[in-house]
Amino acid sequence: MASMMGLAASLVLGVGVSPASGQGRLIRIDGSSTVYPVTEAVAEEFQDANQGMRVTVGVSGTGGGFKKFCRGEIDIANASRPIMAEEMKAAKANGVEYIELPICFDALTVVVNKTNTWAETITVAELKKMWEPGAQGKVTRWNQINPRWPDAPLTLYGAGSDSGTFDYFTEAVCGKAKASRGDYTASEDDNVLVRGVDGDKNAIGYFGYAYFAEHKDKLKAVKIDDGKGGGAVEPNPESVIKGKYNPLSRPLFIYVNKKAAESRPEVKKFVEYYLENAASLAEEVKYVALPQAAYKMARERWNKLDTGTVFGGKPEVGLTIEQLLTRETVDAVKDAAKPEEKK
Amino acid sequence: MLDTARMVRKAKLEDRVFAVVGVVCICIVLGVLAALLGRLAVQGLSRIDWAFLTSFPSRHADKSGILSPLVGSLLVMLVTSLTAIPLGVAAGIYLEEYAKKNRLTGLIEINITNLAGVPSIVYGLMALGLFVYTFRFERSVLSGGLTLAFLILPIVIVATRESLRAIPQNMREAAYALGATRWQVVRHHLLPYSAGGISTGVIIGISRAIGETAPLVTIGALTYIRFLPPYPGQIVESAEGVIRHAGPLDWVWSPFTVLPIQMFNWVSRPGDRFLENAAATGVVLLAVTLTLNAGAIWFRARMRRRIKW
Repeated sequence: MASMMGLAASLVLGVGVSPASGQGRLIRIDGSSTVYPVTEAVAEEFQDANQGMRVTVGVSGTGGGFKKFCRGEIDIANASRPIMAEEMKAAKANGVEYIELPICFDALTVVVNKTNTWAETITVAELKKMWEPGAQGKVTRWNQINPRWPDAPLTLYGAGSDSGTFDYFTEAVCGKAKASRGDYTASEDDNVLVRGVDGDKNAIGYFGYAYFAEHKDKLKAVKIDDGKGGGAVEPNPESVIKGKYNPLSRPLFIYVNKKAAESRPEVKKFVEYYLENAASLAEEVKYVALPQAAYKMARERWNKLDTGTVFGGKPEVGLTIEQLLTRETVDAVKDAAKPEEKK
Repeated sequence: MLDTARMVRKAKLEDRVFAVVGVVCICIVLGVLAALLGRLAVQGLSRIDWAFLTSFPSRHADKSGILSPLVGSLLVMLVTSLTAIPLGVAAGIYLEEYAKKNRLTGLIEINITNLAGVPSIVYGLMALGLFVYTFRFERSVLSGGLTLAFLILPIVIVATRESLRAIPQNMREAAYALGATRWQVVRHHLLPYSAGGISTGVIIGISRAIGETAPLVTIGALTYIRFLPPYPGQIVESAEGVIRHAGPLDWVWSPFTVLPIQMFNWVSRPGDRFLENAAATGVVLLAVTLTLNAGAIWFRARMRRRIKW
């Protein structure tokens, strides 16, 4: 009964009490499920190394994370794509400034069944033929893609439409984010896709490299030819770092709230710890680390508290990491949004 | 002429057929349950040990534990019970014993019954707007507990009313005849007699609440937490850098995660090793639910023994 009264009292006082006051040094992170394993690993090590620091990591997806980030509810956003024009506007409206830091690479991996003998390599044009919206219901056999392939049914497994993986793959392959056929087995849970491709001789699917790396014994990765004369490239850490695995390798980011970074030593400490350990921890969770030089450049951007994005609010595919870090950052949407406003 | 012998034979046959159908149905239900539990146990049981219960989640599947989600689940349930039971029982008593039966109470009655069928995600959205943004409770144990309390409130109210209704009217009349006030009747007679039924309803509600994920995800329960809410008296450092002892209720403001969310997170991780953890978490969740149920059954049995009509 006494505790009930206490609870009732705290309920009544609730508005007056600052909820965060008893929570020590709390760092709030939310966002992409793709970036999550890396941030989780960093958070784990950071908290083990620093007593009294508390880090929470949520998984609301890149979009969900940015929503909270732009309202100033969280300190760091995990993002598997750059911030978009709409989100930049929301951040600006709420006075949220941010520092964009690339932390590692993910390589979207196209996989086939272990017993698939024909699809060793695939071109981006062939992938497009397979996945574009117009293929729905029409392209249903392997030999329709490439006459050298067998006359066997083509079963497709891919990311669900809410994931950043889906956005990036469709952008890179079909040329437009979210442009995809709909008649395939879609799941937000990549393990479902792994099991699907593993159990189906005629299957082809795509998901993040980490899931392939974890299931190398069950699946076969297809080499990707971007059709620009470089030949077919296998997804592996070397090809991704060298920028050869195109267009399916993508950088992953964290966005840090500038005010939090300046005013709260724990946030600063955490981000510094992140940049220092991102390379080794990313590799440990089967992601591809950036080259050392890139981390150095990221640290410089961080030390200067250089706010804004280098993307200008629109999706881009196939940027090299150097381009990413040497380009000027912008705080507001300039070129990207103007044409739309004129309409 | 009616052929009675044939009718009797037919009725007896129907009876036997129904019995067989009934047995088959119960076998299917139990079979599915056994298969689920068996699979969960086979996958997860070997993973459960003291270290699993007392370690924090980790990226290393074999070093991972469920300390923070387990404590989170229990604390959220504490807030939920402390809110839903008094509110629900009081509302049930009022509606059944005090309120006049008119169109307004009829309307309230229908609405409460309907509320029990509202999808839990709707409660999550309501709670996000109300607790997280309007009251500024943030994404805390308090918000989570209150959300689930509202979710199970209709169940508690309905159970309370039904167990009150089951008490013979002459018990009330006898008490009133001896000069008892309405509150004395409720306090000394109705509440003790209905406690068993009410606790059944409460436990059904709590069992539902403890497995809920959707509304908690909506209000922003987190996936990865490697610390526990501050216990009363724990030395904590505030955001402003002031070192002090945590107050008796500081834990209600703590961020939290719960067992089903942790389970879901592990199911979607690359690699099979996390699946074992997820199964083990499922076993623990079931064990917690069964313990709560067993406690309620014990309580109910005790209450019933004291009732002598």
